[in-house]
Amino acid sequence: MTTATAAQNFIHRDPVNRLTRIIGRVLLYLLLIVMSLWFLVPLFWMFMSSLMPLDQVGVFPVQWIPRVWQPENYTQALEFWNFGTTFRNTMFIAIVSLIGDIGSCTIVAYGFARFRFPFRDTLFLILLATLMLPFAVRLIPVYAAYDAIGWIDTFYPLIVPAFFGNAFYIFICRQFFLGIPQDLLDAAKIDGASEVRIFTQVMIPLAKPAIVVIAILSFQNSWNDFLGPLIYLKDPDLHTLAIGLYKFTSLPGQGGIYNQQMAASTMMVLPVLIVFFLFQKQFIQGANISGLKG
Amino acid sequence: MATAFGSQFSALRGRRRERWRDLSPMRKREAKMGLLFITPWIIGVLLFSLFPFVASFLLSFTKYNIVAPPEWVGAEHYVHIFTDDPLFLKSLKNTGVYVGGSVAIRIVLGFALALLLNAKVRFLGLWRTLFYLPSIVPIVALSVIWLYVLNARAGLLNSLLYAIGLPRYRWFADPDIAMIGYLIMSTTWVGVTMVIFLAGLQGIPEEYYDAAKIDGANVFQRLLRVTIPLMTPTIYLNILINIINAFQVFTQVFIMSDGQGGPRDATRTYVLHLFDHAFQYLPPQMGYSSALAWILFMIIFAFTAVIVATSQRWVFYQGGETD
Repeated sequence: MTTATAAQNFIHRDPVNRLTRIIGRVLLYLLLIVMSLWFLVPLFWMFMSSLMPLDQVGVFPVQWIPRVWQPENYTQALEFWNFGTTFRNTMFIAIVSLIGDIGSCTIVAYGFARFRFPFRDTLFLILLATLMLPFAVRLIPVYAAYDAIGWIDTFYPLIVPAFFGNAFYIFICRQFFLGIPQDLLDAAKIDGASEVRIFTQVMIPLAKPAIVVIAILSFQNSWNDFLGPLIYLKDPDLHTLAIGLYKFTSLPGQGGIYNQQMAASTMMVLPVLIVFFLFQKQFIQGANISGLKG
Repeated sequence: MATAFGSQFSALRGRRRERWRDLSPMRKREAKMGLLFITPWIIGVLLFSLFPFVASFLLSFTKYNIVAPPEWVGAEHYVHIFTDDPLFLKSLKNTGVYVGGSVAIRIVLGFALALLLNAKVRFLGLWRTLFYLPSIVPIVALSVIWLYVLNARAGLLNSLLYAIGLPRYRWFADPDIAMIGYLIMSTTWVGVTMVIFLAGLQGIPEEYYDAAKIDGANVFQRLLRVTIPLMTPTIYLNILINIINAFQVFTQVFIMSDGQGGPRDATRTYVLHLFDHAFQYLPPQMGYSSALAWILFMIIFAFTAVIVATSQRWVFYQGGETD
């Protein structure tokens, strides 16, 4: 609405309008600053309190600057919380799932985007419908099945499904493939390239932007996943970062060490923030595709 | 995706069913290749969607504790849920509060923020990044942080309320407002909705506004008559996605209430209740939990169906420009 105000005032340049325009702009930026604070202050406080002495964290009203800077909170948190093992486990799950997701989703999306076969549109409609199936409905039979084949307390339940395609990633990839001009493929075909070669040497390089988006979503998903590791991994040696952090913050007797808990949280958040700042554009694209396209 | 659904449906309606034996040899080859490419997904959908979908329905009529084979009990669980499980209604009510509140917050606040950022602000990319940032934070870490933001004694929010002279609240320690705490926390994810709305707003051609201006429409008329109608497809889709997700709220409640949904079940959500029966009770009540899951599925399905059915009345599609 302020767009319109600005444009209007551009047309009539009288002093009164100039004043309202300036007030409008000031209010606009003030509002943006207030909202940014709302979103960022909790994260800022997490970081600051991770460096505070313990008795400073529970003080009312909230304190912002550590009285004494205590980086040793981090090393102490590392001692309690098996960071090395949980980090390795999380990375393993995340990387294997990422490979599975990219492989299976590009292949399936290519099938949907570039070939005509009976019931193709019906099958794609089923694919979209599975996105709306609540996870609670799948939870129990899938758990029981994994239990029956002895996969509880292994990483398989968290990585194997990635190799069978994720409906949302397939959707993203298919949209992208549909946008690639058919002429390119026809040219490759005339040159005698096989379907598999066209896919691996023409389509995949062209689909890089979509693949980056999928890679980020997949990695973020594994890194943040809580419910999966919670029910499938009981052995502490198999725990992921998310479970490790949860145990560290909820174990009886450790409930009081807020500063170390904040240090642990910071350690889990930091890698995600770094990835976010490196791939901002793709993050925003990922969000957009889920909400707009198609 | 909603439009994808729409176009997918119309594509199905308009066309004559292709039959395998009518295809030319070349088309048969093409079809075989296509099916080959989508094979991983076909296996996946059978294993991870169709099988659990059917199995949980069947399990909902049995007593099942994983160790012993399921034992058929008919509709017993459903009868028990509707007549003798006070926590069923309680958790449904708590979830209803969360669905109504969090969806309203995400749509209204998300739309308002997108409008602000669409007002030709400087450093647009920076603001968008700042607003989006909290939603990428892992949910376990967010839960740890928000436990202290909403701490009854020394929390950030209470400090803020105190500083501006408002009364303080006990948030998660007070059964009457504990759910409100989760609604306040849900503002964390407003950035996602905002980004989607902003992309939609940026897609509205400037000529529409110019034309409205020439017709003498003021700021609010332009918002009501141009912006909002053109944004209805995006609003519709976001309402749908957010409702489906909000009904399944679980992780933050599980972590922040230590799996209890306390105080006094005031934050026991539907999925937490279901999870409790399947994974926290000894022996596990997987059959009962499956019945709860199917009731949730029916509720979500009903909501989706009503929203989709009424969408034609208020969702405005520009001719031929969708998809």
